Amino acid sequence: MAATDLDMLRERIVPAAGPATVSHGMLAFQLAPAELVPTVRRLRDEFAFDIFLDVTAVDWPADALRFEVVHHFYSTRHRARVRLKTRVAESDAVVGSLVGLYGSAAFMERECHDMYGIGFRGNFDLRPILLYEGFVGHPLRKDYPKRREQPLVPYRN
Amino acid sequence: MATAPATIPIYPAEKAGHSGFEYFSTRKDELVGWARKFSLFPYPFVTACCAMEFMAVSASPYDTDRFGAALPRFSPRQADLLMVVGTVTHKQAPVLLKVYEQMCEPKWVMAFGVCATSGGFYQNYAALPGIDRVIPVDVYIPGCPPRPEMVIDGIMQLQEKIARASHPILTRTF
Repeated sequence: MAATDLDMLRERIVPAAGPATVSHGMLAFQLAPAELVPTVRRLRDEFAFDIFLDVTAVDWPADALRFEVVHHFYSTRHRARVRLKTRVAESDAVVGSLVGLYGSAAFMERECHDMYGIGFRGNFDLRPILLYEGFVGHPLRKDYPKRREQPLVPYRN
Repeated sequence: MATAPATIPIYPAEKAGHSGFEYFSTRKDELVGWARKFSLFPYPFVTACCAMEFMAVSASPYDTDRFGAALPRFSPRQADLLMVVGTVTHKQAPVLLKVYEQMCEPKWVMAFGVCATSGGFYQNYAALPGIDRVIPVDVYIPGCPPRPEMVIDGIMQLQEKIARASHPILTRTF
């Protein structure tokens, strides 16, 4: 994406938290949870971000808004990436699902739900995908004990 | 019994005119052990990067065929050596246990590489800290990955173990 296109995208999409910053040549937006799905729809329809790369989260245990849900998108037309960061509190760790916009979101949101316990409103199939049924807790949260094991088969010794 | 060499003494006939091999005497355990140690049919339970090393040791430069352990069986029901090659996760542990239980007696298990031995550096929520938590193991081969020489040494140690073991015709369960 040419520098002018980046500037145009930055001017047209301005979330409430302020305009995007540039990180490693990639635009990074700070969003409120309610802004996420409308912003993604605009990115897809107006700016040709046609590939949903991944959704993950960052755990900041000391912060009031503990989780930062991070989405990445890629545009094959502009050859550019954007990053969306959405802060949510632990008590209401839910963001909107992108299943209606990108079919590939279904599996990636399941993984994020496995690892961090983030809920995705509108994704109705959040069964474990990498973990197994009966696993208690979310292993990539900072407060998950490092050595805690949840074996499926009883140990011999 | 443990120190006796696992050889089969052959007594030629004393009378002239008789060819050799009229009879030989041995102990049943030595004979069965000698037969079994050269007919290992491995079942490779291959889950991770140690698979490359397993292929290397199976191929002609190192050639596990010399030890009678060349022909991988892709059904556990036809195998008697379970080679667990690579990391086993908690999610896979029920599968490993089921494969082990499907194998017929006599059966032996080899933990190939440090992940199968102890979990290796995966000390976390996902990895099983050693397959001996789930199934009994006869030979451990450390290394990440183990060198082919170590695998061959492990096979030879297992052969020695088989040769010295007791081989009951009737077991408690049968």
